Amino acid sequence: MAVGLDKVKPEAITEERQLIVDGMDISGHWNRMFEQRVIWDYDTSQLDRVTDLPGGESLAWCYGCAKCTGVCPVDIVGDYSPRKIHRKTQMGIDLFESPDLWLCTTCRNCLRVCPKEVDMIQIMPAVREQAVLAGSVPAELQKAFEDTAKHGNPLGQPQRKRADWIKKAGAPVPVLKDVKRPVDLLWYVGSYPSYHPRGIDAAAAAARIFHALGVDYGILGIEEKDDGDSQRLAGEKGLFEMLAEANIAAFEKYTWNRMVVTGPHEFNAFKNEYPKLGFVRPIVHYTRLLVEYLDRLRPMLTKPLNLKVTFHDPCYLGRHNGEYDAPRQLLRAIPGVELVEMGRCRENGYCCGGGGGGMWLDSFTKAHTTMRLSERRVREAVEYGADVLAVCCPFEVSRFEDAAKSTGHDRLIVRDILELLDQALEGQP
Amino acid sequence: MILAVAIKQVPNLTDDLEISADGTGLDYDALTYVLNEFDEQALEEAVLVKEAAGGSVTVVGIDTTGELDGALHTALAKGADRAMKVTGDFDRDLGSEGQAQLLAEAIRPLAADLLLTGVQAADDRDGQIGPRLAALLGWPYVGVVTHVTPEPGCVRVHKEYAGGLLAEFVVTLPAVIGVQASHQPPRYAPVSKIRQIAKTAQIESVAGQGTPASSSSVRRMFKPEAAGQAEMWAGEPEEVAGKIATLLTAKGLLKL
Amino acid sequence: MSNDILILAEHLNGKLADITNEMAGQARQLAGALGGQAVAVLLGSGAQALAESIGSDRVLYIDDPALAEFNPEAYARVLAAVVAQRQPRVVMLANSSVGMDLAAGLAVTTGLPLIAYVNALSAEDGRIVATSQIYGGKILAEAVPAGEACLVTCLAGAFRPEAGRAAAAVERIASPAPLDGLKVQFVRLIEPEAGDVDITQQALLVSIGRGIGGAENIELAQELAEALGTVVSASRPVTDAGWLPKTRQVGKSGLTVKPKVYLAFGISGAPEHLEGMRGAELIVAVNTDPKAPIFDVAHYGATCDILDLLPALTERVKSDT
Ligand SMILES: Cc1cc2nc3c(=O)[nH]c(=O)nc-3n(C[C@H](O)[C@H](O)[C@H](O)COP(=O)(O)OP(=O)(O)OC[C@H]3O[C@@H](n4cnc5c(N)ncnc54)[C@H](O)[C@@H]3O)c2cc1C
Ligand code: SF4
Ligand code: SF4
Repeated sequence: MAVGLDKVKPEAITEERQLIVDGMDISGHWNRMFEQRVIWDYDTSQLDRVTDLPGGESLAWCYGCAKCTGVCPVDIVGDYSPRKIHRKTQMGIDLFESPDLWLCTTCRNCLRVCPKEVDMIQIMPAVREQAVLAGSVPAELQKAFEDTAKHGNPLGQPQRKRADWIKKAGAPVPVLKDVKRPVDLLWYVGSYPSYHPRGIDAAAAAARIFHALGVDYGILGIEEKDDGDSQRLAGEKGLFEMLAEANIAAFEKYTWNRMVVTGPHEFNAFKNEYPKLGFVRPIVHYTRLLVEYLDRLRPMLTKPLNLKVTFHDPCYLGRHNGEYDAPRQLLRAIPGVELVEMGRCRENGYCCGGGGGGMWLDSFTKAHTTMRLSERRVREAVEYGADVLAVCCPFEVSRFEDAAKSTGHDRLIVRDILELLDQALEGQP
Repeated sequence: MILAVAIKQVPNLTDDLEISADGTGLDYDALTYVLNEFDEQALEEAVLVKEAAGGSVTVVGIDTTGELDGALHTALAKGADRAMKVTGDFDRDLGSEGQAQLLAEAIRPLAADLLLTGVQAADDRDGQIGPRLAALLGWPYVGVVTHVTPEPGCVRVHKEYAGGLLAEFVVTLPAVIGVQASHQPPRYAPVSKIRQIAKTAQIESVAGQGTPASSSSVRRMFKPEAAGQAEMWAGEPEEVAGKIATLLTAKGLLKL
Repeated sequence: MSNDILILAEHLNGKLADITNEMAGQARQLAGALGGQAVAVLLGSGAQALAESIGSDRVLYIDDPALAEFNPEAYARVLAAVVAQRQPRVVMLANSSVGMDLAAGLAVTTGLPLIAYVNALSAEDGRIVATSQIYGGKILAEAVPAGEACLVTCLAGAFRPEAGRAAAAVERIASPAPLDGLKVQFVRLIEPEAGDVDITQQALLVSIGRGIGGAENIELAQELAEALGTVVSASRPVTDAGWLPKTRQVGKSGLTVKPKVYLAFGISGAPEHLEGMRGAELIVAVNTDPKAPIFDVAHYGATCDILDLLPALTERVKSDT
């Protein structure tokens, strides 16, 4: 019998301070918390700086359950989640100066599961705004801000060339300034579809589809500016307001019934953020619009594609706005398409890394993670045996195509749903 | 230290520049304007000097576009204390010669110790503003400067030569310095801050005396042969290497 | 007024700058047309040998200890005095760190018109015509001075240096202006720090992309860059792979560069890359794919294999210099 065991008296429920069995202390004393741990052990001034900001309050509500850590896309390629941010800040780390401030893509997966409603979509812009005002902004992001302020788009392209893409559309694209009559739909094209070569491919496909369907629409052309919402989430609220005022003025110059939007970020901006500035009008993402037209569209989709396609849910269409079905309905309508779902899909869809300013923090994020979120996602698509990674957000085509190259999966094809529909459309070569 | 910064707006070079109908200028109405990038550096260096030595920064420009206020508001948001514009019925292509004369008049009453300006601008067809201002004010000038350190009664500056070689000078004040690059990258002025300043800030307006004449004139303006699509060189690597070498020599980059 | 063309000779660290003989060649042509002489002015101390290496008709060598190093104030005083005395038709200065400090101030003190960024200069019926390359090289402006005489600042590489090789008679004089009480004091020269490579400050860049194939080939590009006296920059895949440090990355998430010449080797020309180098004055692209988008922005292109071209070009550069 081991030394000391005879002293245990179950009826008294006493506990030995030390209990050595075969030379090993099995009492557990060294591993037990005998007093309640109290928050006063910490200097919470760093946490207070965050929670004192309008929008930053909810960081204080975290009770450390770690549900968020399991779903945060950044944690999968790094060390990140609201819980970790809360804990570090509580321990005295200055979030305003920490690289952590710029890693959250505002994808909203944590908020979906958090019992305490700790809301990074509010916290991040609030803290980032202070950092921007204090002048500590990563250089890449600063350049995107400057380009947007100067040129009305984060790509730094001339405003006067915003409508040049229509020359490549292969179908007439009515510009509202010229059509001079009310239209059913105002199509907000967006910056990437107007300027980025791969974005233009999607915009051109949309123009051809709209034309084939006889949609009555017009675009703003050079009167359109970036929506500014991702800049707002990255901390530049003033820039957002400036762009929003200019856009709202342009929207209200013309008569139209509904606005159709190419990108989920822009869709979110017009549906949820512009109303705070007094602009309340019906907004629809292109996937939902085309589903409305599906009875007419389906018979035109005559060319089978014979591809295994997987779909990446954009955070700002899915989680932020609850639209999961429209894109899938469109893909299923294409003959020959076999739709396979990735493990992380729909409500738990992975993030491409482009939201919340991530689009303009490529090198910065890369330096603080093990791989780009887009690269992680591309690997997942390949694991599920997809030929095609289908998307419906203009940020994503360039991100995923680049990631497919950089991970050596060059044979994975990345296409906007618009491009796939266009390809299946009768009469297309 | 009383600091002044002379700024000017230049056409936004990301836009296509079009030649005017008479062929001697640009189609100015189709242009958008941005602050001369070197003036941005000069402003940053001025604010850095102020932060190191105390004092104030006054930004001055000629309002040839009618849109100078935006640039002045941005300067205030970046740390300038006063903003001044010289107004009048000026040509959009008012050259450095004319701008320097107007600026000298506006700057003289400021009793500045140090005047910083961008070392050059994309439209300096008749030379840089900085040395002209210095000559008009009777102050010394050093340009292509990448670092200004304030010292009592003088500034210590680093001037850059080709190949990264630097020369250090000590310049007695008052003086004009042409800034090539600030020693820290220009700070970002958040639009929120600029908009707030635009609502409250006072821009001092000075009427420019007359329209200065220019001592040289453009008789023809044109675009160099269009780039757009590359001219392709065929041939073996050795031949292509020869063509590249010839090109580098012509550009003065290959020393024979 | 004379019909002479005055050139400000430029020298640094005991070496004559190439632009001096480029201007001398052009000045001789112009002086020939106008019936004058090309006169170079060299300011220095103990620099007789440099003065003798200038290919103008005559050289005026002004020797003073205060002129041992470039000093914008001292130079301005001397030049103003020389111009007042000699009344040349044209004064040519380099559009360089030296010339840019002087020309515009001299325009004020002499009252002469100044035409800057000049890449072509001629006389038409006895009148001077100068072409300025402005708006970042996007526009050329042909200008004429109001009077007979003028100042010009000339771009490097605009004129052929060959014509300016013959040695001239050197006239050595003392400074025509007092050089005491200067408000600008030269302190020292500072050599650039080795290892501290800033790709945004280079006039020439050898830039490589994924077409380089692998880490083992980086050396080919390094050797070329070394022979050319510059450094290697890259597209993102190259820095991503760690073949070159991140500080060499050109593009949206890297640095924006505006060299005189950008050599793009094995770079496809993705928009994110173009964003960082579109502003280069001259772009030469080499890529085996004739459809690569880089050829849409390049001025010159070739479709050979860069693994062959790099050593060939290095060889060529080494034998030329
Ligand atoms: C948000 C974001 C930010 C980005 N930021 C940047 C950035 O800052 N900088 C940047 O560069 N990229 C950036 N990218 C990546 C960019 O999209 C491209 O993927 C990248 O620029 C491609 O680099 P590359 O041209 O070297 O490679 P590739 O596109 O793979 O091109 C290689 C080229 O080499 C040619 N080639 C192959 N072998 C040879 C040979 N032996 N001889 C000659 N030619 C050959 C091929 O024909 C091909 O055209 C970014 C992407 C995103 C999404
Ligand atoms: S899910 Fe919410 S409460 Fe739980 S750790 Fe994360 S932030 Fe805290
Ligand atoms: S919003 Fe997305 S990226 Fe940000 S912390 Fe939450 S799960 Fe992570």
